[in-house]
Amino acid sequence: MPQPRSRAVFALPELKPNAWDAALVPLAFALLVLLAYGGAQMTTPYDVGEPLPMSLDPLNLPYYLLRSALRMLMALGGSLLFTLVYATAAAKVPALEKVLIPALDILQSIPILGFLSITVTGFIALFPGNLFGVECAAIFAVFTSQAWNMAFSMYQSLRTVPADLIEASDMFLLSPWQRFWRLELPYAVPGLIWNMMMSVSGGWFFVVASEAISVSGQTILLPGVGSFIALAIADRNLPAIGWAIAAVLAGILIYDQLMFRPLVAWADKFKFEQVPGEEVPRSWLLTLLQRARLVRAAARLPGALWEGCASLVRRPGKGRFRAVSLAPVWHLPPWAERVWNAILMLGALAAAVRVALFVHSSVETPEIIRVFLYGTATATRVLVLIALASLVWVPIGVWIGLRPRVAQNLQWLAQFLAAFPANLMFPVAVMLIVHFHLDPDVWTSPLMVLGTQWYILFNVIAGAAALPSDLKDAAHNLGLSGWLMWKRFILPGIFPSFVTGAITASGGSWNASIVSEMVSWGDTKLSAFGLGSYIAQATAAGDFPRIALGIGVMCLFVMCFNHFIWRRMYRLASERLHIG
Amino acid sequence: MSTPLLDLGGVRKTFRTPEGKERTVLEGVDFHLDEGEIVALLGKSGSGKSTLLRIMAGLIPANGGNVRYRGRPITGPTRGIAMVFQTFALFPWLTVQQNVELGLEALGQPRREREERAQEAIDMIGMGGFEGAYPKELSGGMRQRVGFARALVTRPDVLLMDEAFSALDVLTAEALRSDLLELWTERRIPTKGMLIVSHNIEEAVFMADRILVFDSDPGRVRAEIPVGLEHPRDPESTPFRQIVDEVYGLMTASARVGAAAGEPLTIGYRLPATTPGKMISLLETIAEPPFGGHADLPALAEATELPDDTLFHLYEGLRVLGFVRLAAGDIFLTPAGRAFVEADNDRRKTLFAEHFLRNIPLAAHIRRVLDERRGHRAPEDRFLQALQDYLTGDEAERVLEVVIGWGRYAEVFDYDYNAGMLKLPEEEEEGEEAGGGETAGAAE
Repeated sequence: MPQPRSRAVFALPELKPNAWDAALVPLAFALLVLLAYGGAQMTTPYDVGEPLPMSLDPLNLPYYLLRSALRMLMALGGSLLFTLVYATAAAKVPALEKVLIPALDILQSIPILGFLSITVTGFIALFPGNLFGVECAAIFAVFTSQAWNMAFSMYQSLRTVPADLIEASDMFLLSPWQRFWRLELPYAVPGLIWNMMMSVSGGWFFVVASEAISVSGQTILLPGVGSFIALAIADRNLPAIGWAIAAVLAGILIYDQLMFRPLVAWADKFKFEQVPGEEVPRSWLLTLLQRARLVRAAARLPGALWEGCASLVRRPGKGRFRAVSLAPVWHLPPWAERVWNAILMLGALAAAVRVALFVHSSVETPEIIRVFLYGTATATRVLVLIALASLVWVPIGVWIGLRPRVAQNLQWLAQFLAAFPANLMFPVAVMLIVHFHLDPDVWTSPLMVLGTQWYILFNVIAGAAALPSDLKDAAHNLGLSGWLMWKRFILPGIFPSFVTGAITASGGSWNASIVSEMVSWGDTKLSAFGLGSYIAQATAAGDFPRIALGIGVMCLFVMCFNHFIWRRMYRLASERLHIG
Repeated sequence: MSTPLLDLGGVRKTFRTPEGKERTVLEGVDFHLDEGEIVALLGKSGSGKSTLLRIMAGLIPANGGNVRYRGRPITGPTRGIAMVFQTFALFPWLTVQQNVELGLEALGQPRREREERAQEAIDMIGMGGFEGAYPKELSGGMRQRVGFARALVTRPDVLLMDEAFSALDVLTAEALRSDLLELWTERRIPTKGMLIVSHNIEEAVFMADRILVFDSDPGRVRAEIPVGLEHPRDPESTPFRQIVDEVYGLMTASARVGAAAGEPLTIGYRLPATTPGKMISLLETIAEPPFGGHADLPALAEATELPDDTLFHLYEGLRVLGFVRLAAGDIFLTPAGRAFVEADNDRRKTLFAEHFLRNIPLAAHIRRVLDERRGHRAPEDRFLQALQDYLTGDEAERVLEVVIGWGRYAEVFDYDYNAGMLKLPEEEEEGEEAGGGETAGAAE
């Protein structure tokens, strides 16, 4: 039986609300009101030096949470916009690609909290007499924790669009604009959403860390959960910390339920697969949205906008002979290419010299050498801790992953723990270290992986769960057990997922070193020997040459790590140990 | 007669190898497609027929000669020429309806008309009721039906099919071919000419009015066979079988002209994509009854149930090794071939190795390099670079992979996957070192 087609019907009954609407409309309105209120609070008049009212009353926490969540949302929006422009430019124009992709590599390795100290004065100058300048600085810090991996994922998707689909869209005379909306963007969506989730998960850490901003020697506390925590730490108020943890948990949950579940469920259709996946992701909100009549009618508007957008720019030329060949990639003529290369080289050289002069103007050579020593100390910490975390979590993750029931529940928990800003737990650590008179050089180190170890855990769980069942059966059938089982089957099988997790964890740990090598509880301050505490101290003092030096050195270390360790392991994983 | 739909004269296409040298894929191709005819382009894979199709589609430019559609040069994708892809090339995130509408949308047609025409095309191709389905919910045959609907909805003059049926199983492909021919003969589609690129001989004889046999290295039209049969055609009828035989003869003849009769092979010879295991079992089939050392190619195809493309690679492989001889649509075992079949496993390996090193210059080259080298190892890049003087990067890698496969069977050389090095087989390596006389403890 051919089904009746409802699409062409525009009659009014469609607009009559149904029961699903009853649930959804209040929710939608409540969200809108909250967003509008929070947004208005961000742009109140403000002068630097004015203290912002903050209290440790838990009743204020929902409001602070709203402000923090809003910052996250704006940063995410910014990251998305940045990603679309940046990744597309890099993928389409080889001349730009040459700059943009290495730049991304460098940006990825700059410690995020470093951005904050460098950019805040600029943002304040941009909006004089308004709080929005400071807000922008905080948002920008969160943005820098989110944007790079999203842009990279998008760029990789754009570069790997299947050739037959490109040919098909060419045959059907899609313009580059149409091709972007019809082919390239949809193709990139699943990867992009996965990276957005990762970004937000990492972002909570930085939302918390970036709300207390120091400008010219004084600290501005932006209303939010992060400032609440900063205040609670200064006040040695343990119950308040507990409340803050609860608030952040609620925030993570809300983001997951209202944003990512629906997005992931929706994006399932963009997955490039030829057979339906076994498990289709679901979301109550998306189901609600798809069933509510009024909402569906309202969704026609963005739907029509999208359609309009997609067909906005058609191929030039009219009639039968539309004879314009439009390549997916725009090349420069050879001579311009050469000029461009020269400009790039000179620019990079000039920038390097400029930074070197700036740093050297107030920092002596011995100190520079010392900073490299700090870097080595922090690098050692990162390596040792990632190794320790792997020793602990790989067996546990495999145990969980091989039991599908358990995996389903715990996988979610691990993701949740990864999103949880570990800096909330630092005060507890400080108390313990002080109480037992421990050496901060050693004992502040675990804080670095406190938040990032979960990436290892949940990737290992995912890897173990994805081990093909025929291989499992074969391994048992051959009587593999004990170490032989691990050496020949499990470890090689989960290695690719493990490397993915370890890369994320290592990057996160470098970033975390800035807050974890210098921790405080009230007046008690603990500082470890390392690059993180060096940068943190320079930031607190507003000493720009030293901030630049510290960030530059950390950047160098991270890039070396990526190049000499992670990328090799990644290549090994994808070339030799890929199953399937 | 009026202007041909498509008219190609002296078309040339070259690709640049990674080494910067030019490799000619097409040379002096003349072709025309007239109104009301179906033409099939037959050739082995890699003969450049798909490249030619893409030139006609305006997807890639030719390096020389002229390509015209209704008398006007083609410089890019052209309205009026539609294409159906081997891989279907459906957009997985669009429903059947949206996929079909895509071409109309790009032309800026109003929504209402788009929907109506898409509906028509979907019904016509027999996919009514599946408008809302996503491609991943459909079987291969249904997906390709959507591919056809998407191409036909733009009411093209010319329909290009790039191996459009080869990803489908035999029954499904047959059904789809018949349905398409029915639409064509009953003039239910406005399409005025169709071009089928294929390596399936029966398919070509079943559908086409004219068959062009394509030669490789460089690709060019070698022969033209008119098929003067009425639709619908009966694949079991005598005239049909005769044409199939004739095409088989031409296809194998082209293989012979390509190499043995002409200049000797170079190390850039493109080894056919096949394995020793398959070649040996084909040799055995030919040696056994009912063939007894001499087989008619269509009969052999039926007995082995292998697709034509696979078989041609096998024939070519056995021929260059000197185990078979091909003539006029028949295949014969050579004395060497017979000796091989009668030998036991170890003797077979020795024979294979002899023929391999004698007849395949690349094999001899690799062996020589490995023999000369201290440690008897050499990086694969070295050989890839040598191959890239003749072939594109992908093709060079494929050829090296094939030669390694054959070399491993013959135990002439081996390959270390992790290190990316070619080397002599284990025992021989040790033997050579021991025989080198420098080390005292000679093992064997």
